[in-house]
Amino acid sequence: MTKIWAIFRKDLLIELRTKDTLNSMLFFGVVVLVIFNFSLESLRESIRPAVPGILWVAFAFSGTLGLNRMFAAEKENGCLQGLLMVPVDRGTIYFGKMLAATVFMFISEIVIFVFTLVFFNLTVWGEIPYLALVFLIGTLGFTAVGTLLSAIAVNTKLREVLLPLILFPVILPILVNAVEATNIILNTTEYRSLRLPVSIMSVFTIVFGTISFLLFEYVLED
Amino acid sequence: MIEVRGLAKYFGRFSALRGLDLSVGAGEFIALFGRNGAGKTTLLRIVAGLSHPSSGQVEIHPDRAVVPRYLRGCIGYLSHNTSLYMDLTAIENLRFYAQLMDLPVDDDVLMRRISQVGLSGREREPVRNYSRGMQQRLAIARAFLHDPDILLLDEPFTGLDQAGSAFLKNYLLSAHSRGKTCMMAIHDAALGYEMADRLVVIDKGAAALDVPKQSVSLAEFQEKFMSLTAD
Repeated sequence: MTKIWAIFRKDLLIELRTKDTLNSMLFFGVVVLVIFNFSLESLRESIRPAVPGILWVAFAFSGTLGLNRMFAAEKENGCLQGLLMVPVDRGTIYFGKMLAATVFMFISEIVIFVFTLVFFNLTVWGEIPYLALVFLIGTLGFTAVGTLLSAIAVNTKLREVLLPLILFPVILPILVNAVEATNIILNTTEYRSLRLPVSIMSVFTIVFGTISFLLFEYVLED
Repeated sequence: MIEVRGLAKYFGRFSALRGLDLSVGAGEFIALFGRNGAGKTTLLRIVAGLSHPSSGQVEIHPDRAVVPRYLRGCIGYLSHNTSLYMDLTAIENLRFYAQLMDLPVDDDVLMRRISQVGLSGREREPVRNYSRGMQQRLAIARAFLHDPDILLLDEPFTGLDQAGSAFLKNYLLSAHSRGKTCMMAIHDAALGYEMADRLVVIDKGAAALDVPKQSVSLAEFQEKFMSLTAD
């Protein structure tokens, strides 16, 4: 646990100094919102049903940008090589990087969400705890798979193109159910029907998190 | 201490190593020579556990039953890649690696390590501000932070100025005199000859020459090396 924390803390410290990852994630996420805001101008009065989809598109795009940076920074100066030489399980590296990716993505989601409320003129105070739960589980599912695929993509020449191509088909169940769950929270009062999408997202996160943890050792080898 | 048997490594159709055999005793200093692409780096990376062989075996401490993960704890690997985080300071880099290696994270000890490599007074500066030579000095402190038994060195003098080279040379000779086992890939035949006990020339993925230093003079070795690696 100390080692997972050390890896997370190191990523956080570097991010606090450079602000490379978070700035680009936030900027891209907000740009996506702006584009939707203008393109759906005519639906302004009845925009609420479209908001869950818009939100998760912005989350997924900005999250992919963050994942792309996750291992690219480790490649600089052969830092990944240094990390692989220390006597720790590769799984520890996986969890450390996944924790950092989750925190960065969650921070960017909060900011993007606030901009969504402003752009689309929404009031959601009562729904915030439910939304936070869905955002958290969705983000964990996204980063559980994304951390593994980012490690695969970083060793290829086309890493920035490759990551979304391999990531989105795999995380489709997470995105579909996250949109569904967000829609239930924002557009209905039937919170009991949240169980199904939230359960699917949780099972997906656990199953794919375990698979990614087990496979991580092999993707770092050459 | 290190037994390499029938080691082969293929990258697609290209074979970097072809059935290489090498036995390294505890406390030996081996210099690996060979032209670019001969397989020196591949050999060192496989011994370090950074790459898996296509066939063949590497055994480290064959007499001890240890989990491969813990074997990494007795190896220090230094290459021209410094493995340092540029946006962290020297002390933060060492603190990070010390935490991962289960070493006591004591800033005084880490400061001493930094001062041993000649960087005292610059501990709290981001590595990005360091010159190439200073980065390589810090990389030495990082690679050998856990006082490993085996030092794997892949062209460690690359990019170092005269003072940096002299420092690294003394550092490695002192480590060797304390019983550390060293395997060093190097292009400078004279420097490699001066530092090592045993000279190994790798050509086309196999050991083309493996002689103790006492058995050849530098001039003889250079002549043999040239003839072996000439096209």
